[in-house]
Amino acid sequence: MKTTVSIIGGSGYGGGEALRLLLGHPQVEVRQVTSRSHAGEYVYQVHPNLRKRTHLRFSDPSLLEPVDVLFLAQPHGQSQRSIEQYARLAPKIVDLAADFRLRDAALYETWYGEKHAAPQWLDRFVYGLPELHRAEIAAASYVSGVGCNATAANLALLPLVRAGLIDRDAPVIIEVKVGSSESGAEGNAGSHHAERANVIRTFSAFGHRHTAEVIQEMGVTNVSLTMTAVDLVRGVLATAHALVKPGVANKDLWKAYRAAANENPFIRIVKEQRGIYRVPEPKIVAGSNYADIGFELDESAGHVVSMCAIDNLMKGAAGSAVQCMNLMMGWDETLGLEFSGLHPI
Amino acid sequence: MKTVICPECEAQITLEAGAEVGEIVVCPDCGVDLEVTALDPAAVQLAPMEQEDWGE
Repeated sequence: MKTTVSIIGGSGYGGGEALRLLLGHPQVEVRQVTSRSHAGEYVYQVHPNLRKRTHLRFSDPSLLEPVDVLFLAQPHGQSQRSIEQYARLAPKIVDLAADFRLRDAALYETWYGEKHAAPQWLDRFVYGLPELHRAEIAAASYVSGVGCNATAANLALLPLVRAGLIDRDAPVIIEVKVGSSESGAEGNAGSHHAERANVIRTFSAFGHRHTAEVIQEMGVTNVSLTMTAVDLVRGVLATAHALVKPGVANKDLWKAYRAAANENPFIRIVKEQRGIYRVPEPKIVAGSNYADIGFELDESAGHVVSMCAIDNLMKGAAGSAVQCMNLMMGWDETLGLEFSGLHPI
Repeated sequence: MKTVICPECEAQITLEAGAEVGEIVVCPDCGVDLEVTALDPAAVQLAPMEQEDWGE
């Protein structure tokens, strides 16, 4: 008997990607996908890649029925206002939005500019990046989503922080290049094709909300994320600059990155001496749940550049969410996430 | 089976049977060229790699 799942807020890009993965997952049956604005429409009318994969129609959220696992894929701010209701519908919840990512209500207020509507729920959620919290997620009933930019930044820093190789009091500067699907399915003047095509636009020099997740998860406080929109639909590339501790050499970095890749099925090291693809590139991971990481060290200056490429809708959202479900259910964490990506693309 | 440690990234590399001194092997982890300098015990050193323009 299959595990039943439903998606609340399934008309956006994150919800659509979660639906694509769940429809192909061997252990689950998708019962309902909700959307107020598209209620009654076939889901493939909004997500055309799912034509002939399902005959599900979007449900009205008021008609939700109990399931084993509930995925929340609503715009930010909604799940914290309805979490009590959702918890009565399912024993396990994975929330793709930002509502329950931060453990500290004060940190939430600082970065989101408002008080949290359900602060008593914050410590009931585990931050949903398996590469950081695998054991806690496996034991959890409630798991948060991850910020796509935060995920690229955190995974770029993960080997360095875990191995204690960088000076965490020194500035950590992370330049993040992002694709247009990050801004969601609702358009705005800046996402109009004539304005968005061909851009290299630094739209947030400081203060992006995902910075809070890097502070929380990596324990670095002197950190900046600078966000630049580039001419991609899917993809994030985080390029992190940090100072290594005295005496740290290339071999130490190799050991740390190799450990990260060995411990995590979706982390791959890309650091080649030949060929075209020598460093992580987002297009190679498009549609997959992989995070490709790489590094370069200027040993004389102690300056390390660490890179991470992900698909923002996959490792940065729905892919990690499904990976979390796999862990919560005691399944192989790669189940339903085996797609290798495309080449050429 | 003869094993060596890559001097660049410290990966453990197994030399194929029949490896010879002077042969160039590639580190499977970091991709550098390594010259086999001895067989008993086995040893390698970094071999010169051709520089090329790449990626711009």
